[in-house]
Amino acid sequence: MSNAAQQFLEAAGTITRNLRHRGLIQTALRKYEVARDRKKSAFNDWSSARQSAAETKWDAINHLDTYLTEFTSKIEARGTKVHWCPTGPEARDTIRGIIRDAKAKCVVKSKAMTAEEIHLNEALEKDGFEVVESDLGEYIVQLRKEPPYHIVFPAMHLTRDEISDLFERELGSAPTREPEELTMIARRALRRKYIQADVGITGANFAIAETGMVSITENEGNARLTAALPRVMITLLGIEKVLPKMEDLALFLPLLATAGAGQTVTGYNTLYGGPRQPGESDGPVEWHVVLLDNRRTELLADPEQRDALHCIRCGACLNVCPIFRNVGGHTYGTTYSGPVGSVITPHLRGLQDWKHLSNASSLCGACTEACPVKIDLHHHLLQNRRNAVGETPSWIERLAWRAHAFAVNTPALYQFGQEVARIVEPLRQRLQGTPLDPVKTWTSTRDLPPVAPESFKEWWRNRR
Amino acid sequence: MVEESPMNAQERILARIREALTVPAPMPGSHGHGHDQGRVEVPAPVFAFQGRPVHVARAWLPPGGTTPEEQLTRFSAASAELKTDFRCVASEAEAHEQLRGIADSEGWKRVASHHSALTDAATTALGRPTLFTDGGYVPDDLEACEAGITTCDVLVAQTGSLVVNSRTSGGRALSVLPPHHVVLARRDQLVCDLTAAFQRLEELHGRNWPSMISLVTGPSRTGDIERILVLGAHGPKKLTVLMW
Repeated sequence: MSNAAQQFLEAAGTITRNLRHRGLIQTALRKYEVARDRKKSAFNDWSSARQSAAETKWDAINHLDTYLTEFTSKIEARGTKVHWCPTGPEARDTIRGIIRDAKAKCVVKSKAMTAEEIHLNEALEKDGFEVVESDLGEYIVQLRKEPPYHIVFPAMHLTRDEISDLFERELGSAPTREPEELTMIARRALRRKYIQADVGITGANFAIAETGMVSITENEGNARLTAALPRVMITLLGIEKVLPKMEDLALFLPLLATAGAGQTVTGYNTLYGGPRQPGESDGPVEWHVVLLDNRRTELLADPEQRDALHCIRCGACLNVCPIFRNVGGHTYGTTYSGPVGSVITPHLRGLQDWKHLSNASSLCGACTEACPVKIDLHHHLLQNRRNAVGETPSWIERLAWRAHAFAVNTPALYQFGQEVARIVEPLRQRLQGTPLDPVKTWTSTRDLPPVAPESFKEWWRNRR
Repeated sequence: MVEESPMNAQERILARIREALTVPAPMPGSHGHGHDQGRVEVPAPVFAFQGRPVHVARAWLPPGGTTPEEQLTRFSAASAELKTDFRCVASEAEAHEQLRGIADSEGWKRVASHHSALTDAATTALGRPTLFTDGGYVPDDLEACEAGITTCDVLVAQTGSLVVNSRTSGGRALSVLPPHHVVLARRDQLVCDLTAAFQRLEELHGRNWPSMISLVTGPSRTGDIERILVLGAHGPKKLTVLMW
């Protein structure tokens, strides 16, 4: 078992027994479900809208080279510098170089999962830069020195009391139980940072090929400020973010907001097409767009799971997943948690080390059902299981299956087995749960159904 | 260490993409069925929404209303839900009257705005010290203003949104840094849905896009603490739309 798998099991074992955590997550996600269902019902036809989005993304991903080239030439034409980075370390070094060239001290950052993916903050802090997360949830988890709990709701696992204690400790604020007051404490603390910062780093939700623009979705206005006041702006995005046309946003913005947070559209959806242009009163004088591959092309090379690159990171699959709802976001130990994380992490970080995530699923299909771009998530989990076994077949499993196949194909042997099982059943029941139980790994968490006193065949014969 | 030129990295990534795409992927929604695990040649997908999907997809989305009255009703309902203070008034003079009322009740000492026909008339009528962002400003001065008064490009009935841009709405920060954002708009700027809004934007700027175009939907908000809605996370706590 890999280290990651062992850690997953241990963390899951602890957190599933934590009733406080369960209560918090259930309450938050119930609120989400109510809001989402209300907004979904405002659509004239939700499932057709999803299909349409899936087809648009299919077009984008299956012509990725064309659209990326178009995006790059359009956005560069207006004075933006585009950097192509095959790996995480290359992206990190590129960004460090830009910040060093800008002679910056303070960096303000709006939420970007790609930055989590390449561990950008740690690298910048090691270089001696002050990096401030400006999204409220991200700011809270940054103060706690924790990764985000959820790709959309980073501080979902914390109560207002915990946040109040944290602010008291880290910012010296007075304790309060009011979410509004807590938000204002963060607002005041961060206001200065936008004005002081020399560099602003953002993520992105969509890259529009047609017009050469990047679209950023947020509720708080922190990305707007990050992209307005610092004199250098850096936007880090994965190469899979492209959409062919600007008007595609008319479909994707409502889908993202509805599936992600139960909103009609998110508070601010902002398109950026360049640094400050002649005649404009503010905005960065330099804008760098960093395009990150980081093994996305490997996922692209698997046609079976290529649609995982359609993901718009709305988090809907996390919210509905019975596993996520019980084990929580941190248990996964990955940047992207929940079903989509379980599908893509083995591609991004190695199948053998992360294959256990494919088993952290009940295969109920709730994720696939929830996905606004119709990624076939639960089938991909099955495919990852198959691929993992195919790579390193276990001889003992193979032998067991061969013996099983032989037994069920040989009626006499099967019947003999039934007789034996019936005879030893009372003994097995007595041993259940003791160290002598031969199927203890199964019975420690589940009941083994008792062997039936008569087979169907016998029952049928007696009835006639 | 050999320094890779950026061109090389671009070529490398594009080459990997092209190689990956030599094998086609199954159609969306097919669950990979109907062929051997997607690893064999599959026919090119036939899309239900052939061509430019969003034109068709528009019909599946939340409706924005067909008549101007219906659109106004929808915008008004969406605003109420978003906690946008939306006031549809009879004339520009009445809009200025409302603006003075808000300024008095909130005790604005200093406002920020930009030059345009609508905002110039409004700031003159308001008669308070005004910071105009056109041609540059000091961020601390803008931060000290109690309100930012701007125009917008278009308003969207479907979502209760409005669109500001960096060229004709006073820059990137004017509509987010002051705690109250006031938008002055005309009735004919209200369109049905997002698709219509993007068309309008293309008509307005298609040949020369501003560096920022922002679809603003309600005042700044967050639900990051126990999923409880709080307004004014980083941007404006209040959003007022005055339309005539």
